Amino acid sequence: MTQQPIPLDPSLAPPGTRQFRDAGGIPADQWHADQEGETLVPTHCCFCGVQCGMYLRVDKGGKVFGVEPRNHDINRMRLCPKGINAYQQVNHPDRLTAPLLRRSRDEPFREASWEEALDFTVSEIQRIQAAYGKDAFGVLGGASLFTEKTYLVGKFARVALKTRHLDYNGRLCMVSAAGANKLAFGIDRAGNPFADILQTDCLLIAGSNVGECFPVMTQYMWGARDRGATLIVIDPRETAIARTADIHVALKPGTDAAFFNSVLHVVIREELDDEGFITGHATGWQEVREKAAEYPPERAAEICGIPAQQIVQVARAFAGAPKAMAWHARGIEHHSQGVENCLAVINLCVATGNIGKPGAGYGTITGQGNGQGGREHGQKSDLLPGGRSIMNDEHRRQICEIWGIDESELPPAGTSMMEMIWQMQRREIRGLIGICNNPFVSLPNYRVVKEGYDTLDFHAQFDFFLSETAANAHVVFPVTTWAEDEGVMANAEARVVKHNKAQEAPPGVRTDTWVICRLAERLGAGDKFAFAGSREIFEELRVASAGAVNDYYGITYERLEETGGIAWPCPSTDHPGTPRLFEDGRTYHPDGKIHMQVVDWHPPMDPYDDEHPMTLTTGRTVAHFLSGNQTRRLGALVEQTPRPWVEVHPSHGFRSGEPVRVVTRRGSEVFPALVTEAIRPDTVFVPYHWPIPTAANALTIDALDPRSKIPEYKVCACRIERAEHIDEVPEPPTAPGRQAYPETQVSRTDPLPPTAPQGRGTAERS
Amino acid sequence: MMGRTIFIDPGRCIGCQACVSACRECDSHRGKSMIHLDYPDEGHSVASLPTVCMHCEDPVAPCAEVCPADAILVTADGVVQQADTTRCIGCANCVNACPFGVPKIDLQAKLQMKCNLCYDRTAYGLAPMCATVCPTGALFYGTVEELQAERPGVQVADSFTFGTSTVTTGVAMVVPADKVQWPVPGGLPGSQLPLVEVNGADVR
Repeated sequence: MTQQPIPLDPSLAPPGTRQFRDAGGIPADQWHADQEGETLVPTHCCFCGVQCGMYLRVDKGGKVFGVEPRNHDINRMRLCPKGINAYQQVNHPDRLTAPLLRRSRDEPFREASWEEALDFTVSEIQRIQAAYGKDAFGVLGGASLFTEKTYLVGKFARVALKTRHLDYNGRLCMVSAAGANKLAFGIDRAGNPFADILQTDCLLIAGSNVGECFPVMTQYMWGARDRGATLIVIDPRETAIARTADIHVALKPGTDAAFFNSVLHVVIREELDDEGFITGHATGWQEVREKAAEYPPERAAEICGIPAQQIVQVARAFAGAPKAMAWHARGIEHHSQGVENCLAVINLCVATGNIGKPGAGYGTITGQGNGQGGREHGQKSDLLPGGRSIMNDEHRRQICEIWGIDESELPPAGTSMMEMIWQMQRREIRGLIGICNNPFVSLPNYRVVKEGYDTLDFHAQFDFFLSETAANAHVVFPVTTWAEDEGVMANAEARVVKHNKAQEAPPGVRTDTWVICRLAERLGAGDKFAFAGSREIFEELRVASAGAVNDYYGITYERLEETGGIAWPCPSTDHPGTPRLFEDGRTYHPDGKIHMQVVDWHPPMDPYDDEHPMTLTTGRTVAHFLSGNQTRRLGALVEQTPRPWVEVHPSHGFRSGEPVRVVTRRGSEVFPALVTEAIRPDTVFVPYHWPIPTAANALTIDALDPRSKIPEYKVCACRIERAEHIDEVPEPPTAPGRQAYPETQVSRTDPLPPTAPQGRGTAERS
Repeated sequence: MMGRTIFIDPGRCIGCQACVSACRECDSHRGKSMIHLDYPDEGHSVASLPTVCMHCEDPVAPCAEVCPADAILVTADGVVQQADTTRCIGCANCVNACPFGVPKIDLQAKLQMKCNLCYDRTAYGLAPMCATVCPTGALFYGTVEELQAERPGVQVADSFTFGTSTVTTGVAMVVPADKVQWPVPGGLPGSQLPLVEVNGADVR
């Protein structure tokens, strides 16, 4: 506008900040009557692994009431719909404000005092452990917790409960990438920061619907596109970013390893590989070469169901670019060969010399806010703080020294999340504490999961809404949201960012830290859990990670507040952090080399037959987050995407909105059809954020990757058939005496919302 | 085109509806979104595009022109405000007149509502909420020079043809580089508009 009172540049500081005032702006508390006395608290989003910065708006009464964009280095004011609406959780009427308790599952919940809930939990722990051994009690943590809390969960399981059975829901998220990175590079994180994407000449995105799952990352990807970079997208669906890609490879789900091996085959055949880089920095190249020779494009094209020419195009574009990058996400990781898929991508990057340079490298996009930090400090069954291994005697000794326990007391490695469910079924695990996770929606093969939890003698759950899993528990502890406590998270770039406390917890609500420390006290380990809050835990975590690969020692709260985020490893307080790995040409293996691994393709675990000829694949939609416990109660997000659907190709003869039954070997469910050419004819897609009877995960298979133990969510054999009527999405569970939040009462009478979600439906409606 | 305005680039839109959610947060109409998110090629493509008020300039915004109550005021800097609640009679003339289908009528309140370029923010030098949060830059707020600095070679158009009439707007649309200075065809196919492009081929 030509006559603006205050012309400022578009990357503005928000009102109330010094920069805004210096530029002639009006202080926040004077610029609108509604906002008198408002303060802005800088923090980050609680959802995905991008960790966008945001300000929470806090009114005079100290209550969070809104959001304001924040010019943080990661997102530069950008937010997605989840981030914009996230603040609505904080003072939501569905919040749990008193512990819920029942002695048996036949009784309804009643509100109990904290004393009673804690005492009952501890007496159950002691009863179960006395009768069946320490390992009969398990802990399942979460990756939405701050890193300090994940450290505390790990320490609690191993020091207070002394159980080996500890795992976390990042097991469903990116352990395949973690395993692959560890094997190849000896370090478990993305190699490059997001900003490197802007400098690349060729960007390969494998199995990631960036536009919906990590919308704010698209600004980097299209920044690269603006500069003329080639964009390659590997995805069975034509997603929003695939729509504008230079090459969109719509391969059959579960064939990624064959595809990448074949790309490598062409790279070698056309002599586009970087022999100099490989000889100097990698081992195992000869074996990888030999294996790639078995995958000519003609063979891979048949396996993947794509034109062979596409494989050649991708190889030439990726290997021919001066600087190329590959980013991948759950699409290639949620497989029974997830680790191999990631290794195949790494092999391609290494073979073309695209490692450790600005604009050249690899990265995995973490799905959960703290998917990266959640496993680094001992919440995963085989890891100790600092990414140390629980199988390594030296590592065990170091941590036991810090924790002040004898090494013989530290339990061995445990099992993975899905394996723990099977152990519950077999009654090997009889009691469980679940912390901020919702396996009833997020784990595959719902029937098995439900059976496992129903078999438990005792189940306690931490959450701030009553999740589907918590509704099945004996004790539910009402804990804080991310806006009511401080702590750090590590995003997909391994950049550690600090979340700040914006408001006091509502009466009756406690922090996860407080609850875990009280339980530890009652279990007789109070001296090792004398933490007042996150700050003290972080100090211990820093020391515990010092000298390890995941070194946080140089990171302090003060530095994080000054810098807006530091990437680990950061060994000393004057160290700037490590945004880009391997710049010195050395990896974290003792020999400093990249260990290339041979990758072979094998078919998915769920075999196709005449009964189940098609592929069911699952994924996310932009308005919801993982199990939906946080997002299925926010009116705006429910309105945007009220229900799941099944995406089918027009060749099957369905019309949009018609009920379609998806049948797999685990069960069948009915969804409204979304008929679109943006999906392969042999594949259907269902988003998984909803509970039964609209749960994609009632259909998925609980087959695991042998190395990373990630479930194979992305490929199930299925068939589709016409059905009579669509199952309704159930209301989210609520505490006794509470009404479901009125805004979630979106009309579900139409077969589809006025506009089909994400606009992939045909214009004709039944 | 105004000096500092919104630029819409449908090629960047991912249909995430961050703008729709952000618009609800804007203080001048908190709780109601004024953004229209459309899917122009449903069933065939996931293409989507956000429509904000285009703040027409030529000769005066059609909605303001037809308002019998003179409720729609245009500021000196070209922003077409939403209807003044003390004057608006909820007659929906503006809804019929707008070639972009922007204004909405709140039937219960019998009042018109539409995007006002976040005047509560832009008047203080803040970008509108939708363009601030847009993850991809499909909605960009700034001057055309700032846009071109960020995206080398980008071209925009700020006139649209509907049949035989052309409307010039304050908000501009990013167009293919070889289509500069040509009005963007609007309205329904089969009307009297001069076609410039069919299936990507120039037919001028």
